[in-house]
Amino acid sequence: MIETVTKIDLPVDESLRIVKNRIQAGKGKRISIVTGTHGDELEGQAVCFEVGKRLREQPGCLNGTVDIYPALNPLGIDSITRGIPGFDLDMNRIFPGSEDGAMTEYMASRIVGDIAGSDVCIDIHASNIFLREIPQARINTHTAQQLVPMAEFLNLDFVWVHAAATVLESTLAHSLNSAGTPTLVVEMGVGMRITRDYCRQLADGIFCLMHRMGIWTGEVIAPKKPIISTDGQVQFINAAASGIFIPQVEHTTQVCRGDYIGDIVSPLTGIVVDRILSPCDGMVFTLREYPVVDEGSLIARILEV
Amino acid sequence: MKRKIIFELKSLYRDSFRVTGFLFGHGEKSACIVGALRGNEVQQLYTCSQLVKTLKRLEAEGRICDGKSILVVPSVNTYSMNIKKRFWPTDNTDINRMFPGYDLGETTQRIAAGLFEEIKDYKNGIQFASFYIPGVFVPHVRIMKTGYENVDMAREFGLPYIVLRQPRPYDTTTLNYNWQVWESHAFSVYAGTTDTINHDDVTLAVNAVLNFLRKEGIIRSSGFVHEGYIASVVAENELVNVQTGAAGIIDRFVQPGANVVRGDLLSRVLDPYDGSVRSEILSPTDGVVFFVQEEPLVYANASVYKIIRE
Repeated sequence: MIETVTKIDLPVDESLRIVKNRIQAGKGKRISIVTGTHGDELEGQAVCFEVGKRLREQPGCLNGTVDIYPALNPLGIDSITRGIPGFDLDMNRIFPGSEDGAMTEYMASRIVGDIAGSDVCIDIHASNIFLREIPQARINTHTAQQLVPMAEFLNLDFVWVHAAATVLESTLAHSLNSAGTPTLVVEMGVGMRITRDYCRQLADGIFCLMHRMGIWTGEVIAPKKPIISTDGQVQFINAAASGIFIPQVEHTTQVCRGDYIGDIVSPLTGIVVDRILSPCDGMVFTLREYPVVDEGSLIARILEV
Repeated sequence: MKRKIIFELKSLYRDSFRVTGFLFGHGEKSACIVGALRGNEVQQLYTCSQLVKTLKRLEAEGRICDGKSILVVPSVNTYSMNIKKRFWPTDNTDINRMFPGYDLGETTQRIAAGLFEEIKDYKNGIQFASFYIPGVFVPHVRIMKTGYENVDMAREFGLPYIVLRQPRPYDTTTLNYNWQVWESHAFSVYAGTTDTINHDDVTLAVNAVLNFLRKEGIIRSSGFVHEGYIASVVAENELVNVQTGAAGIIDRFVQPGANVVRGDLLSRVLDPYDGSVRSEILSPTDGVVFFVQEEPLVYANASVYKIIRE
């Protein structure tokens, strides 16, 4: 059933509705699939579709509640805007919001209130338009003990347990975890695109987790065993100069220290301004997708092995 | 006056990005004033330009105290200013969410780090700030309650109000917060508008900084500058937030600084098609209008006024 989470009138002849699809059978646990906080991250759209489609095809296998929230920031998705249009605000920095706050804070508060109480929430992100990511969960050290065992069922390649940062306390995941709703952040793919294989991979994982929760009796795969890593094993490569980045490796490639990652070039002069080599042995799990780089732009992240 | 490049970044096709500072006097790093961190902070840029102009004159007249130096950085985001964007042109990140910065990190982290390395050791840090909602504040000094805040020093600006803000998680990466953590006395001065210039407010902000510098013994008598106000101290969370009931076109009847009583009509929200009244916004309290949102179209539940309760 399509339900309205919150509705707000816009100034001229339009209402903003944040909606969810509640699919319910039996009295089992509740899982919430959430995406579309950033309007330029679209991978979650295909995951929501895939989960909804499989639930439609096998309704008898469900014994619980699946809530699908495909668009927390509908105006952003519709206008190809990462933040909330009209406010230039990152929606994932305003949680938990406030009932009597401005429109954006009010929406955030209603969203948190609606998702809270789920037994698990999966918050799907798709990097940004600049970087391509392998399917991974990002988990704060404070919640790792509870969330890593759940993430292992999501059929992901990688679980990144990262240090806590005060600024991240304004995210949806932090707010929900603080309120007692276990929430896993998944990052995968690239902004403004859909990577079909990744979307199917995560959808498979969501059914594995639902099976584990006892709310899905249908067939599931044996989930991939993800690499679980901490910050110390992740090496960052940032651009040493401005220019055009031309990669020489594919995303997910295994590299050795000194291997050729790519060039930053000047089309004006025909000069390679920076030849980028791998600082370690490992896997390229993040790779620059957008060619124009400023000095400092992230080029790649390598998971050191 | 010495003009210096604090930070420089080469670009693929644009002129180099530069953060430029203007240094007055010699010796102890006494005060640093930062203007625009965002591309639309034109009022803040202009205020700095007037401050540079005044300090240049004061220096020529020998009125910068011996052993004291002042640095003014009018703009930290020229690239965005020149293309009329608020945030960094390529990735839309906010430099004022990147402090203390990281010199090996992403571009805006590097800019923040380059700036902060230059300004972190100043005894006093003043930023001309703007609010994320377009609108006008009554001029005030804002300080964050980090445990290092100093209200008595904030009074030296002579602005009508001092606002104390309880930091939220996203504040921990702002310039003001990090200045305080690095043991500078940090103040954000809000004077009027953001992307338009209000000359009266510019004069007020320049005079406020000159008052502060004089009272801190950094400059000698600054000429014909009014002493200013005896400031009232307000906690930000005690400001009464007035919201629209309905969305539509807003017709405003009060200006920043107006005295209102409970029940006064502040605004009407009109149907944008037929002009009929969708809602009336009444003052929920007696007090002083502290902030007025300025956009003509308003959302439902939008915060359109902040009032200091009497």
